[in-house]
Amino acid sequence: MRQQPFESENQAEWDDYRALISRLDTSGKGGDGPDPVALDAFPRLFRRLSSHYALARRRGYSPGLTEELHDLVRRGHGHLYRRRTRPLAAALGFMAYDFPRTLRRHAALFWLAAALLFLPMLAMGLQAYQDAEIILSLMDADQVAEIEALYDPDNRKPGRAQERQADTDFAMFGFYILNNVGIGFRNFAGGLMFGLGSAFVLLFNGLHIGAAAGHLTQLDYGSTFWPFVSGHGPYELTAIAISGASGLLLGKALLAPGNRTRLVALRRNALDAVRLVGGAGLMLLLAAVVEAFWSAGPAPAVVKYAVGVAGWILVALYLTLAGRGRPRMEAESDDGD
Amino acid sequence: MSPPLDTIRFNETPEGVDLGLRVAGPVPRGLAFLLDAVVRGALYLALTLLMAFAGVGLGLMLLGFFLLEWFYPVLFEITKGATPGKSAMGLAVVHDDGTPVGLSASMIRNLLRVLDFMPVLYGVGLVSCLVDRDFRRLGDLAAGTLVVHRERRRPVAAIPQIASRPPPPGLDLATQQAILSFVERGPRLSTARRVELAEILTADTGHRGPAAVDQVTGWASWLARGQG
Repeated sequence: MRQQPFESENQAEWDDYRALISRLDTSGKGGDGPDPVALDAFPRLFRRLSSHYALARRRGYSPGLTEELHDLVRRGHGHLYRRRTRPLAAALGFMAYDFPRTLRRHAALFWLAAALLFLPMLAMGLQAYQDAEIILSLMDADQVAEIEALYDPDNRKPGRAQERQADTDFAMFGFYILNNVGIGFRNFAGGLMFGLGSAFVLLFNGLHIGAAAGHLTQLDYGSTFWPFVSGHGPYELTAIAISGASGLLLGKALLAPGNRTRLVALRRNALDAVRLVGGAGLMLLLAAVVEAFWSAGPAPAVVKYAVGVAGWILVALYLTLAGRGRPRMEAESDDGD
Repeated sequence: MSPPLDTIRFNETPEGVDLGLRVAGPVPRGLAFLLDAVVRGALYLALTLLMAFAGVGLGLMLLGFFLLEWFYPVLFEITKGATPGKSAMGLAVVHDDGTPVGLSASMIRNLLRVLDFMPVLYGVGLVSCLVDRDFRRLGDLAAGTLVVHRERRRPVAAIPQIASRPPPPGLDLATQQAILSFVERGPRLSTARRVELAEILTADTGHRGPAAVDQVTGWASWLARGQG
């Protein structure tokens, strides 16, 4: 068949298709979108256009026509095979099911990350409690003085530097978000350096937190430090360990890809890792809320400790139990870690 | 069809046709980054005005900084397909099968941007871009995304309705395509250039000048709609 009869034979279908595509392009951006009846015809029209494009190439029709059909198919392909981005409302479903399930599938990596965070923290804490000098091996004297000033029992608001005493809780909330969620995200990204970046972030934070805790307790500032950190600690520390685990998951794809190429393993693990870091980010958000509006508040120490203990129990129950007994999602990988 | 020598990447759809994606190299992406840096800089400046309202204003400013730092690209990529800088450069972010980028892929590629940015100004990302066949930085590799040129199609002229002339026998497909392409693109060329090109095609028949253009147009008409 020559090009001209081919064109005139199919022109009507192309016009329908073109109209449908332009409606789809503008829907959701002020356009009224295609009507449902026309939409039903879309997959059929798309297949027709695909075969017309293939014919045009095969039969050597003019480059202009081939290009035009290619363009039409490409635009339709984007609409037909678009992967739906789940709306914000699904964030709840994500936290209720996807996140804890994904974490449990990578439990071994989570425990590894937790060990990298908590073991150095514990060891450094005990050391710093016994030896007032050892903290200086991690930070210089100015930084130590700064930390001491934060938890000076004379402070009106513990945990906040002198120049921040006047800041409102909301300002501190913004500060904690910028800082802490950023640490979580960098922890994830660092995993691409064969997991070393994440391991470093975990060790570094573990050592620093441990040193500060031990040092302050030894100075008798524990009465301000422990009630302050007990409230948000459960969410923040767990979330840092989880974001570390997400980074280690990326690193694992490069170090031990198993039966896949490194690139394929990386893609697969990245999908789970981004879920972990997303969940960790939301946990850090919760931690920031608690830290800004509760931790520095006037409640008596015993209440704060109780809230802290309740927090640990809550986190443990949530991560072990949430999302159990729900049918598998198709996106889940078959093999756990 | 022989494998392309350029950066077009073909991707077969479930319908069995090859869709071409024109992947974008480091230079347009770098320029897009600079444009985005200007937009972001302006937004940062606007946010600092919030300092005027101490307390809540300061908190909002810091929250804004956080969102700008991490979610500026994600937000634009999943709603519009590209950040303003990329849009201005005619680029778009897509999955490697050509579909618009989704939330998780966009998050992966943008959170890993930290790493691509190291040690200074996308050092790692540039190396990765230059090593990879499809100009992907590390974030793109992990997310399975591509940065492509948005096709800007120029309408082509219809093949004019003039008397067909039989082309010389035995033209191969590439030559036939060249003849058709010549006529479709004709209006965008100067008269002198059209004559020059047509004379190459009619070298064997001896037509010169405007007669050569008419000759080739007649052949194109024959190829497209046959005799008559």
